[in-house]
Amino acid sequence: MDTQARDLDEERPVVENALGGVNYLNATHGWRSWAFTLDHKRIGVMYLVSILSAFLFGGILALLIRTELLTPTRTIMAAKTYNQMFTLHGAVMIFLFIIPGIPAALGNFILPLMLGAKDVAFPRLNLASYYLWVIGAIFSIVAILTGSVDTGWTFYTPYSTSTDGAIIAVVAGAFILGFSSIFTGLNFIVTLHKLRPPGMTWFRMPLFLWALYGTALVQVLATPVLGITLLLLIVERALGLGIFDPSLGGDPVLFQHFFWFYSHPAVYIMILPAMGVISELVVVFSRKHIFGYKLIAYSSIAIALLGFLVWGHHMFTSGQSNLVSMIFSFLTFFIAIPSAIKVFNWVATMYKGEIWLTTPMWYTLSFFLLFGIGGLTGLFLGALAVDVHLHDTYFVVAHFHYVMFGGTVIAFLGGLHYWWPKISGRMFNDSWGKVGAAMIFVGFNVTFMSQFIMGSLGMPRRYYNYPVQFTPFHQISTVGAYLMGIGFVVTAVNLAYSLKHGRLAPANPWGGATLEWRTSSPPPVENFTETPEAGDPYDLSNLKYDESLGGYVRRDAEARG
Amino acid sequence: MNHDSRDPSPTGTPSHSGNPHLAHHFETPRQQYEAAKIGMWLFLATEILFFSGLFCAYAVYRANHPEIFIWGHQFLDVTMGALNTVILLISSFTMAWAVRAAQQGRTRTLVALLIVTILCAFGFLGIKFVEYHHKWEAGLLWARAYHPNHEHRPGTETPPVAPPVTGAATGADSSVASIADTANRTSLPAVAPGPSGMAALVVANAHHAPVDEPRNAQIFFSVYFAMTGLHGLHVIVGIFLLAWLALRARRGEFGPGYFTPVDMVGLYWHLVDVIWIYLFPLLYLIH
Repeated sequence: MDTQARDLDEERPVVENALGGVNYLNATHGWRSWAFTLDHKRIGVMYLVSILSAFLFGGILALLIRTELLTPTRTIMAAKTYNQMFTLHGAVMIFLFIIPGIPAALGNFILPLMLGAKDVAFPRLNLASYYLWVIGAIFSIVAILTGSVDTGWTFYTPYSTSTDGAIIAVVAGAFILGFSSIFTGLNFIVTLHKLRPPGMTWFRMPLFLWALYGTALVQVLATPVLGITLLLLIVERALGLGIFDPSLGGDPVLFQHFFWFYSHPAVYIMILPAMGVISELVVVFSRKHIFGYKLIAYSSIAIALLGFLVWGHHMFTSGQSNLVSMIFSFLTFFIAIPSAIKVFNWVATMYKGEIWLTTPMWYTLSFFLLFGIGGLTGLFLGALAVDVHLHDTYFVVAHFHYVMFGGTVIAFLGGLHYWWPKISGRMFNDSWGKVGAAMIFVGFNVTFMSQFIMGSLGMPRRYYNYPVQFTPFHQISTVGAYLMGIGFVVTAVNLAYSLKHGRLAPANPWGGATLEWRTSSPPPVENFTETPEAGDPYDLSNLKYDESLGGYVRRDAEARG
Repeated sequence: MNHDSRDPSPTGTPSHSGNPHLAHHFETPRQQYEAAKIGMWLFLATEILFFSGLFCAYAVYRANHPEIFIWGHQFLDVTMGALNTVILLISSFTMAWAVRAAQQGRTRTLVALLIVTILCAFGFLGIKFVEYHHKWEAGLLWARAYHPNHEHRPGTETPPVAPPVTGAATGADSSVASIADTANRTSLPAVAPGPSGMAALVVANAHHAPVDEPRNAQIFFSVYFAMTGLHGLHVIVGIFLLAWLALRARRGEFGPGYFTPVDMVGLYWHLVDVIWIYLFPLLYLIH
């Protein structure tokens, strides 16, 4: 549906919906135009498809794990298979889905658009990042499927240095994936420094970009440490370097320090972009300016930096000294503060706003509750005396699923629905979107709330068999998992259906003031026919809803004459 | 408008058509150059963090077991290490000069300097090969391959059981020969000469060095090979980059308007040099 500007009081892009014309999806054809593309939008779409596939694979593994745990003894698989299942579930979900996740799939698409830019700073590096993901994915999955890797995604020594199996191959895959992450982060940092438009100072950037900046800092600074850790693990296995093996003079706890020095900041790679998405959604669907912009922006950087100081809270029971444990515990409590600042600011944004309950807003509200629970339970685990009892129990499993899933995945789904019209040019069915969101929300809580309880009752994690008194908790959890799975199917079908049958989306269906809404849905190859001028990204007063369009237009009396 | 199927980006806007090196998404060459600079420095930061794991391992093991490092370093040849240091410093000088030559458009000078840099890199690797070869012959390799063929006598008295050191997770006996024990020695066993007979000089300072091989002495060589090996890999990568630059320079691709790749590889090469500047004293000049 092409609409020409009809009213001098309103300003709108010349083309609202570009599916009937030329856009980034149809401008060129053939697999080579995608495989060798330098267009950040196409790379973002390829990433989106890839990581959602990884999520599907990881999700199926989760259902298999939960099915096995329906009974206290063997249900559908042998013990060693079970160990490989949770290793694979963790590795796939973490390295292939959630770490690239929002930055690669949504950030790649949206970041240049939000800057009014034509692309990221290094488009070829962007494509290289994607191919490194693909290669790392192939490596890791083949290795795990053929090589009986059962170390858990954490690869703790001395088991990982002494056991049989394709450890070197899967660790090499993770090493390659690390470079994918580093290059994405590097690209985003340079883009945000050098490709902001005139008028967009740092404090006029959308908060999603602040979040991506903080994430990128962590990606660039933390991931190399994982790199050397994995490299040392490979050399240890291949040559007997001796650095982690006590029989050769090494120290296995040193591995844990190295590993968690990356893997703790990694969780901030996972959550910071999600928080950025929420900042965008809460503004648009409360029809209100963000509250506390600078605090939210600074807190993203604070979280990114503080995240480097707390890795030892994964190691309270590893034998490290009490003094060290106390310091890490104190710092862990500290890092809750910037996260809480964000939550308070978001809620304050909603106050006296005009709440618009669309599918993305349902996800936003879910995020507040689920991330809130997840974050607070992190404090339980950060308290030394309590952690001694909860370490390596299902309490930990529930905690990190609440923050990673209830936080990041929920925000990712919210962002995916929010930007879906921009990416695809189609509106999805909002009612079915809400059905999916509700099923995921209910299913998720049923799955993981019971895990908090059984964890605090002593149920250890990664166990194949368990004492019979835990059976009801496991069974409830499994039912929840299946319900979640159905919710995902509903969501996926709804989005897929919209690609063919959805209403053609206008340029600005939700009334956002950030720059990606100033171009057609989907955008042209060069992003903008005219570089838009940056203003306050959260000033919604200039937008009014146009019934006939089914979207928002900018009202601009100065446009006349 | 339709585009070539291989190139979805639009054909150059007017301001871009004059400069073949200016990418479509940058406004000016200067912006593009500055972006490249930031990107390269970020990459160097990742390299520093990559090596930091090894420096951290060095720090942890040396803090907990200084005698291992004092023992092990005597088998390193300080002269060769110093020579390598000088070679790399010279190569950094020629590299920096090469960047200058590129900026000035002096292509022949640029190519010559790049070649000299490459030769220095090969010189470095050659000396390292000699050192590695000696270690191999002496069986002084990383932990699992550590089979020293110099004569060593086990201690004549049972070393005291030391308290567990921080970070040791297993219950393994963590006792090591303490330095204090050496004060009781009255005669020194012959230590096999290192690659250049360096060890003989150490004998003169025997009151500082343990005369018997401490427990887990192989850890020194694990650290040595890990650190110098990773560094050497980076030197090899650097040689490929420098060769690529030399070929492009010979084709006249660099001049005052465009010398970014030379500049960027120069930054990389300086980092490789700086890392060695740290490795040399930490491994070779232990007191």
